[in-house]
Amino acid sequence: MLKRFCQYNLRIVALGVFSWSALLSSALFAENQRFAQVSPEYTLLFPRDYGAHPDFRIEWWYVTGWLETTDNQELGFQVTFFRTATGYHSDNPSRFAPKQLIIAHAALSDPALGRLIYDEKTMRSGFGLAYAREGNTDVKLDNWYLLRESDGRYVTEIHAENFAFNLSLMPTQAILLQGENGFSRKGPEINQASYYYSEPQLKVLGKVVHRGKTLEVRGHAWLDHEWSSEILDRRAEGWDWVSVNLNDGSSLMVFQIRSKTGGKLWANATRRDAKGRVTYFRSDQVEFSPKRTWKSPHTKAVYPVEMRVRVGDTEWRLVPLLDDQELDARSSTRAVYWEGAVTVFQDRRRVGRGYLELTGYVQPLKL
Amino acid sequence: MKVLALSCWLLVGEWRARFMQISVVIMAIALGVALGFAIHLVIDAAFNEFSAASKNLSGQSDFQVYGKQRYFDESVYPELAKYEGVDLANPVLEFTVSVPAEYRGEGDHPLKILGIDMFRAADMSLDLLGISVDDQQMDGLSDDAIFLSPAAMEWLRVKPGDMLQLNVGTQPLVLRIAGGVTRARVGQRVAVMDIGAAQWRFNYLGVLSRVDLKLGVGIHRAAFKEKLEQDLGEYFYVAEIADQETRVASMSRAYRVNLNMLSLVALFTGSFLVFSTQALSITRRQGQFALLRVLGFTQQQLLRQIIIEGIALGVIGSLVGLLLGYGLAELVIQLFDGDLGSSFFPSIQPSLHFDLYAGLFYFVIGLSVTVFGSMLPARSMLRMNPTEGLKSGNVNRAIERISMPWLAVICLIIAIFLVQLPSIDELPVFGYLAIALLLIGGIGLMPYLVAKFFTFVLCSITGIFGYERLHTTTMMALVRLANIPGQASIALSGVLVSFSLMVAMAIMVLSFRISVSDWLEHVLPADFYVRAADSGVAGGFERDEQKAINELSEFLRVDFLRYQQLVLDPERPEITLIARHVDMSDVRKTLPIVGEIIASDQWSGNERPVWVSEAMVDLYGYTVGKQIMIPLGGALYPFVVAGIWRDYGRQFGAIQIQLSDYQQLSDDWSVNTAALWMQSNITVNDANTALQQLTFGNTLEIMQSKAIRDNSLKIFDRSFAVTYLLEMIAVVIGLLGVAASFSAQMLARTSEFGMLRHIGVTRSQILVLLTTESCLLTVLGVVLGFVLGWSISLILIFIINPQSFHWTMQLYMPWGWLMLIAGIMLVSASVTALIAGRSAISGNAVRAVREDW
Repeated sequence: MLKRFCQYNLRIVALGVFSWSALLSSALFAENQRFAQVSPEYTLLFPRDYGAHPDFRIEWWYVTGWLETTDNQELGFQVTFFRTATGYHSDNPSRFAPKQLIIAHAALSDPALGRLIYDEKTMRSGFGLAYAREGNTDVKLDNWYLLRESDGRYVTEIHAENFAFNLSLMPTQAILLQGENGFSRKGPEINQASYYYSEPQLKVLGKVVHRGKTLEVRGHAWLDHEWSSEILDRRAEGWDWVSVNLNDGSSLMVFQIRSKTGGKLWANATRRDAKGRVTYFRSDQVEFSPKRTWKSPHTKAVYPVEMRVRVGDTEWRLVPLLDDQELDARSSTRAVYWEGAVTVFQDRRRVGRGYLELTGYVQPLKL
Repeated sequence: MKVLALSCWLLVGEWRARFMQISVVIMAIALGVALGFAIHLVIDAAFNEFSAASKNLSGQSDFQVYGKQRYFDESVYPELAKYEGVDLANPVLEFTVSVPAEYRGEGDHPLKILGIDMFRAADMSLDLLGISVDDQQMDGLSDDAIFLSPAAMEWLRVKPGDMLQLNVGTQPLVLRIAGGVTRARVGQRVAVMDIGAAQWRFNYLGVLSRVDLKLGVGIHRAAFKEKLEQDLGEYFYVAEIADQETRVASMSRAYRVNLNMLSLVALFTGSFLVFSTQALSITRRQGQFALLRVLGFTQQQLLRQIIIEGIALGVIGSLVGLLLGYGLAELVIQLFDGDLGSSFFPSIQPSLHFDLYAGLFYFVIGLSVTVFGSMLPARSMLRMNPTEGLKSGNVNRAIERISMPWLAVICLIIAIFLVQLPSIDELPVFGYLAIALLLIGGIGLMPYLVAKFFTFVLCSITGIFGYERLHTTTMMALVRLANIPGQASIALSGVLVSFSLMVAMAIMVLSFRISVSDWLEHVLPADFYVRAADSGVAGGFERDEQKAINELSEFLRVDFLRYQQLVLDPERPEITLIARHVDMSDVRKTLPIVGEIIASDQWSGNERPVWVSEAMVDLYGYTVGKQIMIPLGGALYPFVVAGIWRDYGRQFGAIQIQLSDYQQLSDDWSVNTAALWMQSNITVNDANTALQQLTFGNTLEIMQSKAIRDNSLKIFDRSFAVTYLLEMIAVVIGLLGVAASFSAQMLARTSEFGMLRHIGVTRSQILVLLTTESCLLTVLGVVLGFVLGWSISLILIFIINPQSFHWTMQLYMPWGWLMLIAGIMLVSASVTALIAGRSAISGNAVRAVREDW
């Protein structure tokens, strides 16, 4: 959902390296009318809305999932492609004009390694080297890409510094529109919202190149596509978000936005059962309660890696695949957050697998 | 142990007795070493800083792709990014803009701007990236922001947040200074901005200046390079960082080597001083040595003693020299930024590092020069029978043995042979060797020449006047010089070396200066030169502006010039392409042609002429009549070399073509400069006003050709300031040598003067005798020095300059200056002789003579 946009430190990036996160944060809060605004009236239309919406300031396609190798080892993976409009160079005829930036993040969680490995890439769109095309999910950044093929199958290929993967993600269910028909509110104000749909229960097949070996993998994944021009409330500190592919074929998405003063600023959840019935939950029906914390040896931040999540009258327990799924890219992009594969239990029964994202635990959101 | 004690005792005794002379020798060595070391340190520091700054600009890549013209079409960038084996392609647009006139200064240095894609550049570990201030991270991508290095901010007197006013062609452009630049070198003036913004704002749409490539793991570099070169075609170069380093090094190499050579001259002069002082000292101590031999000292022990003396002198002199040199280098860098007035290393602030190896090198040179200077006279001396040495009057026999006219002649012959040889690796190695041999040969021949000359003078004078009518003192002086030429020539060697070097440099510099001045007259025939800032790839004047200038009634004639930079060899600096109208019926009038040209009537219709500078002949092997390919507007076109012209302005080469050919082939109708000839009834002020009143008048840079000429000559003089300084120091060392050897001689001749006084010669007569002697000697030294210096100047002008800098010049003689220096030499030599003589004859005549018995 909101992903990791806002919690990053916005201090001067003394390194010359550009901080995409800072860019995105400033974008999220900018009240710039040059960008298209979300409206509850809008009806999502496919295949058009699979593709990019360059009039909106930010957009992302976000895939998380669990993989299993042929020798039954479990791996978590995450790949995200962002598109952001800079708002600059609107009249610039140069083909290098950075009107749109494409950013990609990829991570692999391997229990055998005991931690998460990660890589990222940023480029301006142009020259056919980096783009987010309209009309269909077709995002590319050099040799990293995510493409939705005509049969609805997604293919993605990532060549990170320490790993690579090439996965095909086959939908097994219909698209899940989040919020009110794809209009997903993120705060008390009506314009604090995004367009948001998910593709849960994707069947994954593919290859992972990791630790010098090429592994055949299969598994399940979840795709989110979301776009907007401004989302977050200024009082927000961070958020907790989880998506789960349940074993019975149903799916669950829950998030809460935490206030700087502590407590819940806004929350929301969507559940779709195996038969396709969708239930939406309001802010007051959602509750996150930490069960076990983990203190990061890298950043000293304390994350509630084990959570109890209550949605309506149902309760789930989230247990991480491994504790150290903190993504610490402060040396380059200054991004620090926890994003990891979790197993979902209900009454000690393992009922599904998902991904949990915890942001805003290192430094409070700073503007 | 006893021998050592004796050795120390002898050493200390000798030094105590000749404190002044020893000090002079040490000073000469120290000065020579100091100069050499200081110059080396300064230019090394400047060069290193310059290379580091260039490396900063080029980043760290496996390969760089660039075109034969400075800018090429950007469409090659995506091809390269997707090319097999390429991990990362980083597009760069590098260009310069001229800054507002008030910051421009004499050197006319423009501001270098790097247009970069920060995401690519950061992955390529490019050193220069913008640093935003005030949380404005977006500035790195902003379309109106520019980042300046600290030195550039200081230079343009701006700070972050200020606006920077520049010109693009005849249009003004204002950019916001958004912050600083990472890892800019101290003193490096450079700006960074987004590549898309740069292309747009500075009118470079659609072009790049290079693409840096980083290869994937395990890619075979050589094979990759070969394939890429083939696929890109001959318009592109694929270069490695090492090539870039070669290119940077080759820009200043000739200058650095020549300056180092020049600095060694001082040391060389110093070595003659050591030689003459030590020779005289040994002569004077002949009795002492003979006594030591009789007492049981072996030849070897004596030689060792003299060598120890030499080593002691050399060590002290060289150490003092190194310290002095370091201090001097520090001072020069503080005061002049290490540029030494040459403009080879513009706008950098080098920092000095104590270069241990260079220090050792100069120390060893200083030491060996001293030891050699001590050993040479000692060896011949010691071959004598000690009993002979005990007798007085044998002083001169020893020196005579040093004189080896045949060896000197061989040196001269080899020198003549060497000047015929070409340069090695573009350095005039043989030229410098020839100069050294000329000096050695000249000095070796001195005793012989002195004897022959004065015998001849004596014979002819006595033949004409008879002994009776000749003045006694003149007579005595001549007889002495004719018969004891050894001592005389030793005294002269210092004068000879320093004077000849000075003559050589003076002739060379004057010839150069007059040639440059004539050349400036020739290449700047118009009254006004008007320039506009570049408008991206295009020159500043488009057709509208050209029309407006053409329509000015104040001017009789207007010529337009188009300048471009080309790369014809990736290992060499860029050359300049000048497109202008050349009158085919009278090419020599437009261009300073040297040698043959292909006249217009020999020209077939479809051939296009180019005229190339002398450097193109040396560096690229162009000859008249040769067909060459020139990159224009993204393609290569054939041209024929129609003539060769002299160019002092662009050492790395320049090519002139017809403006009409250029425009037809490149479809580029813009120009950079307009040359304007005033109507005869118009004043300079009116012309100036007319230009300023053009609609784009306030963006123009208007220069009168006289001002350009004066400015060029000023820069010329400044770049030779170091040369003058080195020359002066060589002269001072030479004069010190004269003083030292004269005073040594006077002391040695104390008994001779005593004897003279016993036979009735008065003190004043002796002084006259001494002055006459030294005058006659100096005159001969000056004449010989002139001949030698003139020969050396010919080598400098006709061998070393063309081989180093690829330009020729005419010979001009600075007679007035030469006369002045000759006069100074003559007077100072005579005065020194007089002063030394006075102290020598001040003692009691009887006591002076008694020494002999």
